[in-house]
Amino acid sequence: MANVKIMDQEAIRRAVLRMAHEILEKNKGVDHLAFVGIRTRGVILAQRLRAAIKDIEGVDLPVGILDITLYRDDLTLAGTKPLVKETLIDFDITDMKIILVDDVFFTGRTIRAALNALVDFGRPAIIQLAVLVDRGHRELPIRADFVGKNIPTAKNQDVQVILGESDGKTDEVVVTEGGLSV
Amino acid sequence: MIWKHKHLLGLEDLTRSDIELILETAKSFKEVSSRDIKKVPALRGKTVVTLFFEASTRTRISFELAAKRLSADTLNIAANVSSTSKGETLLDTARNIEAMNVDAMVVRHSSSGSVLLLAEGLNCSVVNAGDGCREHPTQALLDMFTLQEKFGRIEGLKVGIIGDILHSRVARSNIWGLTKLGAKVTVCGPATLMPRGIEALGVEVCYDLKKVLKQSDAVIALRLQKERQQDKFLPSMREYSTLFGINQAKLADGNDHLIVMHPGPTNRGVEVSADVADGKQSVILDQVTNGVAVRMAVLYLVLGTKE
Repeated sequence: MANVKIMDQEAIRRAVLRMAHEILEKNKGVDHLAFVGIRTRGVILAQRLRAAIKDIEGVDLPVGILDITLYRDDLTLAGTKPLVKETLIDFDITDMKIILVDDVFFTGRTIRAALNALVDFGRPAIIQLAVLVDRGHRELPIRADFVGKNIPTAKNQDVQVILGESDGKTDEVVVTEGGLSV
Repeated sequence: MIWKHKHLLGLEDLTRSDIELILETAKSFKEVSSRDIKKVPALRGKTVVTLFFEASTRTRISFELAAKRLSADTLNIAANVSSTSKGETLLDTARNIEAMNVDAMVVRHSSSGSVLLLAEGLNCSVVNAGDGCREHPTQALLDMFTLQEKFGRIEGLKVGIIGDILHSRVARSNIWGLTKLGAKVTVCGPATLMPRGIEALGVEVCYDLKKVLKQSDAVIALRLQKERQQDKFLPSMREYSTLFGINQAKLADGNDHLIVMHPGPTNRGVEVSADVADGKQSVILDQVTNGVAVRMAVLYLVLGTKE
């Protein structure tokens, strides 16, 4: 099983910085902008995007934490119940421009769950999607607005995003050959 | 931490990590109840039946709300309107309800062990909402959740359980749960209502309420179950409340950070005085709030789990 490193720490840093600029460009500034990260690594990426925007614009944007477990479409199929973690969105999302952040964009089912969860919290003016890696193989009609890197993969491959804050290792994105089931 | 139980019959059967998983999961569910839209689709399409052969408001409503906030459909059956009053056996009643494809049954019954009988005889999940004098696991879980919320831990906490220990399923479930999580439990009550050999469960027995109030971080005042006092265990209610009722004067001599809990419904002036029940040290209403979160966690975990 060959592990291929697709992005290193520097590449991830530049991708996040570029996405921050793109978010500002597309939304014409920081007005009503807020991040919601999908647990676990989406939250970390959202925090990094916030830090990047603070460097550029000098404004601290809110970051919410979303756990999508209860909205999964395979809950009744799963043999054992996945662990539910806390959702923490301590600002009103109604009329905000929400940037939803996740690490790997794959079938789109996680994002579907996240969208359903978000609308239970309020009615955002717009929801945009930012992902570090888009690996293709969509099963739902959903697309990303901001992408760090497009990585063509086979369906049985696995994409692992490793981030210092959650994994205690140097940042990298690795494609694993047909190993873990997805 | 993986959940492997199809039923929740008591805390006696659970391990420490099972209990910790429920409490951890409940934390996430508490947030759901604080939202504007208090509903998540986790149990969409599931049917939960509450089957109560004893009076209850709090527990039944709490379970019903918990199921509804998880998007399950609920149905409530009370004993006085069910066909057991026409002579049908408990198991037959339950089997007939199950034949309509329900996924979980939440049961309260006056006979200890009745829920075990149902769990063996049914295919759906069974959740114990109180069986006789045996267990009331979700009450103990919400008590532990409240303790964890107030103190940040359970390990090492000193908890007093005051009152009719003999008839109390709340006491039994709390003793199982609290000792598994490393709390030091002291039971306190009239000698006539103290089961012999209770020390074998890993608790201390003390007949002096003042001492318990002094040494404890929290006390759970049990409801004096008037319906179970026909056998003259007590000379009078007044004597009970003088010796074992908690009032402001007794609290003043107790531990400063002591919190007072009560599973409800309270007999004001018997187990706790009105000023204590409504006072700063009381967390009685927090317990009720937390009950919904804990029951959501339990329903989420047991439903659909295969043993």
